[in-house]
Amino acid sequence: MWDALTSIIPLGIAYTAPLLIIALGGLYSERSGIVNIGLEGLMGMGAFATAVFIALTQSTLGVASVWIGLLVGALAGGLLSYLHAFASVSMRANQVISGTAINILSAALTVYLARAITGSGNVQIIQKFSKSDVAGLSSIPVIGPLFFSNAYITTYIVMAIVIFSWYMLYKRPFGLRLRACGENPQAADSMGINVQKMRYIGVIISGALAGLGGAIVITTYSGEFSNLTFNGLGFLALAALIFGKWNPWGVLGASLFFGFAKTLASMTLIFDNLKDMPNILFNTFPYVVTLIALMLFSKNAAGPKAAGEPYDPGKR
Amino acid sequence: MSKLSEMFMDDARRNRMVPFISVILGFLVGAIIILLSGANPIEAYGALIQGAFGSLKKIGDTLLYSTTLILTGLAVAFAFKTGLFNIGASGQMLMGGFIAVLLGITLDLPRIILLPICITSSIVAGAVWAFIPGVLKAKYRVHEVVTTIMMNWISVWTVYYFVPELIRGPFDTESANVPANALLRTEWMTKLFDGSYVNLGLFLALITALIIWWVLDRTTFGYELKAVGFNPDAAQYSGMKVNRNIIYSMMISGALAGLAGATFYIGYASNIKIGVSPTQGFDGIAVALLGLNHPLGVVLAALLFGFMNAGKLSMQIATGVPNELVPIIIATIIFFAATNEMIKGWLKRIGNKKSDKERGAK
Repeated sequence: MWDALTSIIPLGIAYTAPLLIIALGGLYSERSGIVNIGLEGLMGMGAFATAVFIALTQSTLGVASVWIGLLVGALAGGLLSYLHAFASVSMRANQVISGTAINILSAALTVYLARAITGSGNVQIIQKFSKSDVAGLSSIPVIGPLFFSNAYITTYIVMAIVIFSWYMLYKRPFGLRLRACGENPQAADSMGINVQKMRYIGVIISGALAGLGGAIVITTYSGEFSNLTFNGLGFLALAALIFGKWNPWGVLGASLFFGFAKTLASMTLIFDNLKDMPNILFNTFPYVVTLIALMLFSKNAAGPKAAGEPYDPGKR
Repeated sequence: MSKLSEMFMDDARRNRMVPFISVILGFLVGAIIILLSGANPIEAYGALIQGAFGSLKKIGDTLLYSTTLILTGLAVAFAFKTGLFNIGASGQMLMGGFIAVLLGITLDLPRIILLPICITSSIVAGAVWAFIPGVLKAKYRVHEVVTTIMMNWISVWTVYYFVPELIRGPFDTESANVPANALLRTEWMTKLFDGSYVNLGLFLALITALIIWWVLDRTTFGYELKAVGFNPDAAQYSGMKVNRNIIYSMMISGALAGLAGATFYIGYASNIKIGVSPTQGFDGIAVALLGLNHPLGVVLAALLFGFMNAGKLSMQIATGVPNELVPIIIATIIFFAATNEMIKGWLKRIGNKKSDKERGAK
């Protein structure tokens, strides 16, 4: 049992980290009032840019190429999300349609470019983050082997961003302004907040974090970009965002839950007493639970009130 | 006032021009990408057209690809018209197709009975799959975009489990083949189009488009559904059963997507693969948007996308331009169609300039 835990928990955490950071990206966007179902595409664009950058520079830059690759992924996601911001903020387009366009565009464009670069549509990297033990902390009994051994450094970066986001969104004026744009843009406008600008910022942060999520996928457990990189992580992040009630700690909890459900689903073959259970139960578990939770908690749903509605300053 | 400036002046006309301009812009962006990757856009587009219309078989294939898109496009458009965003056409299509394949393989009946059973079941399966998001929306106000995404994944894993379990084929990743008497293909159509798999689904799709047009435009039921979509509060106030209509809308939309699944899995393909969600469900969003949610527009948009999908492999083989170019163009078209305010702004400016000139001339 202990062996099982020490193998599942580090793996589950590794899987949770990108999911969490993508969902957190969605939080910024939706709190500002823009629904972002393009997270999947933004994640894929980040993954692609990171993979290409590392593949091109790993021989000259070495480990530094992986670190810069993370930034490149975030930048690429941020750049692509600008399209979504332009469509949904400036052009007042239907945000779900614009997000869908981002998803289709990203999946097609990245594979197109990958094919043009490598011929096969896959981009493999050699340099990536390796699992390591955190010095000192990993020797703590029980907690050490579970949370500080065999861990990727990116997990701690993600945790730091979650804490920072909570502080920014709930303890600083910036967060108050951003959230006001998602709750009642008219009121925010009348208080002198530039709703359009705040929404641009929200969407672009979401793109950068989703891109970073894709970069983490590439530099940790995947190690290659292909069309399989688009495997629904962005949509699962969207579910985690809603399940987590648009709140950083809720999103953390929901992401952990989904991350471990997924890990368990992929590990069922290893455990004898789980092997004979139909895999459909594990694989559909996160989605079914989300549906049930949405039904049960619908009465006190906490979604930003103005999310999805274009802001029209003329409308009062 | 000249005809041309009139064309740009009137709001409704500007709306109708948006899709055409979006398509042109989409192909322009595609041309730039081809140029950047070092190929010749005229050659590539020539090969695309050649690949879609170059022979009877290729024309048949274009119609074949369009068939499924007409139905998923109608599914999304119907939901849109009634105020719902059905992003789950993909999952509903998969379930419809799965049931059709399952029954086609397991039931041993004469074709005249078996085929209607398969088709009807696919429609019912799609409707049942959409019933859940419908109820969650109507009774619990859970947004359908979220629930339909969840349902898409549940359908992928359902097929992933049941295909190897119930109708395993020669490979682990796909089902056994559907026998000929449960396929929508007919000898005369295959012959007419020189071996293309274009099939009876085409007629099903066109008839369905007519029916949907009739329901939406000519019946009280359609009027009520649209009223609920337009303003649920007003519809409630005037005595319509809003919640019930939301569920009906969602189920009809799902039924259309389910039928799309039948045309795809027992018409285009003859088996079902596991672990993939059909992209036609998502393309249906683009088709509906481009067709302005009108059944006739949906058919035209589906034909356009069918043409691009049929020709893309020929383009890749002839010119080396990766076939992912086609979804890039589709995404660009959606993007321009979604940012229609921009295009309408341009048209307005052209219109104003024209009428200014005329005023000056007078």
